[in-house]
Amino acid sequence: MEFWRYVAKRILQTIPLLIIVSLISFFIIRLSPIDPLAELKLNPSISQETLDKEIKRLNLDKPIYVQYFSWAKSFVKGDLGYTSAGEKVSSKLKERIPNTLLLTLVVIFMTWSVGIPLGIAAAYKKESSFDRMLTVIASIGMAIPSFFFAILMLIFAVKTSWFPVGGLTSYNFNDMSLLGKVIDISKHLILPSLVLFTISLSGLQRQMRANMLEVMDSDYIKFARAKGVSEFKVVFKHALRNAVNPMITLLGFEFAGLLSGAALTEYVFQYPGLGRLILEAVMKSDINLVMASLMMGTIMLIAGNLIADILLMITDPRLRTKG
Amino acid sequence: MEILQKIFKDKFAKSAFIVLAFLYLIILFADFIAPYSSTYSNRDMSYAPPSKIYTITEEGKWSLPYTYNYIREYEPALMQTIYKQDRSKKYYIKPFVKGEKYKLLGIIPCDRHLFGVRNGGYIYPLGTDINGRDVFSRLLFGGRISMTIGFLSLFIVFPIGLLYGGISGYFGGILDTIMMRFAEAIMAIPSFYLLIILAAILPSGMTSIQRFCLIVVILALIGWAGFARVVRGMVLSIKNEEFVQAEKTMGASNLRIILKHILPQTTSYVIIAMTLSVPSYILAESGLSFLGLGIQQPDASWGNMLKEAQEFTNILYRPWLLTPGFLIFIAVLSFNLLGDAIRDFLDPKSQSK
Repeated sequence: MEFWRYVAKRILQTIPLLIIVSLISFFIIRLSPIDPLAELKLNPSISQETLDKEIKRLNLDKPIYVQYFSWAKSFVKGDLGYTSAGEKVSSKLKERIPNTLLLTLVVIFMTWSVGIPLGIAAAYKKESSFDRMLTVIASIGMAIPSFFFAILMLIFAVKTSWFPVGGLTSYNFNDMSLLGKVIDISKHLILPSLVLFTISLSGLQRQMRANMLEVMDSDYIKFARAKGVSEFKVVFKHALRNAVNPMITLLGFEFAGLLSGAALTEYVFQYPGLGRLILEAVMKSDINLVMASLMMGTIMLIAGNLIADILLMITDPRLRTKG
Repeated sequence: MEILQKIFKDKFAKSAFIVLAFLYLIILFADFIAPYSSTYSNRDMSYAPPSKIYTITEEGKWSLPYTYNYIREYEPALMQTIYKQDRSKKYYIKPFVKGEKYKLLGIIPCDRHLFGVRNGGYIYPLGTDINGRDVFSRLLFGGRISMTIGFLSLFIVFPIGLLYGGISGYFGGILDTIMMRFAEAIMAIPSFYLLIILAAILPSGMTSIQRFCLIVVILALIGWAGFARVVRGMVLSIKNEEFVQAEKTMGASNLRIILKHILPQTTSYVIIAMTLSVPSYILAESGLSFLGLGIQQPDASWGNMLKEAQEFTNILYRPWLLTPGFLIFIAVLSFNLLGDAIRDFLDPKSQSK
């Protein structure tokens, strides 16, 4: 019961946050010298009727605060308007968001399954040549600009032609069997996720190492050792559980970093994700699309943090008793 | 000076320090070291490969370093232009040759360049770009922008963050709640999304200096919120200490207490945060310019030079266009290593060893 009250409280807390974010982004975009309908007006396939409908929907003839409220109202209702190409913004987002989520989740899974063991190993063998080597690799991984690394990967892909380049699916995707489809998507995912993996791995590994060192130094670990608990049990049963807790908080931040980092990587690999969508929208000054994808990015980020908080609640009994 | 000694004790930090000092020295004297100016362009030599420098003649004898010019030819069989060396004339590379006029350090008029070739020869140590501009020279001039933009943004981020966090933490209550909700909202927007949107709404038709300044401001707008939050946390713990209470009873104004007594306590954190955040600004600028939203042509920055690497033919057949990426990597790596060393020095608690 306590747990659900906490969850409800945290969800309610995000509402004012979302309102402020929407205000900030709305005013940034509306106060800029860009005509929100410029592209739409230039598009000959858009009729005057649709234009008038857009003006009415956005209340462009009314003062800015009225515009904000009408925008917010239609956003809550799920009506996000049309892109400059005349497509529905909501269907565009529906197509792109799962792709970005897929990429991000694959990367998080990869970094956790490699970074956590490496962090433990580095802490356990601290100051060894293995630990030093990992530190050097970590520094290198953190210093490569994501888009530059993505370009190097592209060169690799083109020269070896081992990997398909661009997009998420091959041209004959629809004719493939289910297994073929899965293999096709994974092949397209390998390079972008490898780029993001390399960049986010080092931070995770270093953080895990630091946590582990701190826990290994604590009294209860010394006590467990003095009691004669096997070294394996000390590390994996006693130390690990406490060292992992701060990492869960980090999960939220990692998700945020990935959303931002993915934008450039998606752009270089022509990956059909939210990051590339917002980039294209910005370049075309497609206001509806920019606003909607900015809000969706924010919602995803806040949801990521929320999930991390709830997970922490589950794994850390100290938080539960405090309420 | 103690800190320098400490840095020089650490192998990695020492090399990082030397590399950065070297980079800054080079970009400071870019006009002199670069064989060409940043606006030089040779329209007949677009995408010329790096000049080959020879020290052994074809007869197998030692010689002073020399190079050949390239001639552009259209190869009908391959359907593309190719560059061939014109072996008929050798151009010796001479030190301190006369070239385009410039002002050394912005004041001393000068026309000598560190090295170059005379009498109609060209030297392109790292090839040329689409407009026939020398990539090596532009790397040096681009470094001026890429390596300073981060620092300039920090000079905006830190005063704002310190003051914002200071006021929020010191006064507390409803003001604190409102200010922190606002900062959290900024942090809740994926930072790169906000960055490109802000850069995209910049009006076109600005001079390059105006654009540079606005990019600095935009980078700062993204970074201040996280910093302000940490400062607030520190101020919360400092404000109840006795020296602050004493100052209050003596009737000092709130602003004076914040500025003169509380904020100076956060100095070591500020220095650590500064050195550790320079790389992220360098990366942000290069990412922005790479997309064409940051520093615009004809100005060079490492990011916008890499923009040409977006084309497949370029990255496959003209690898010299990738050199800015390696420089960004080296600069960021050095700043990270140096930042780590400074953190270990100023904050022994964080030392995980």
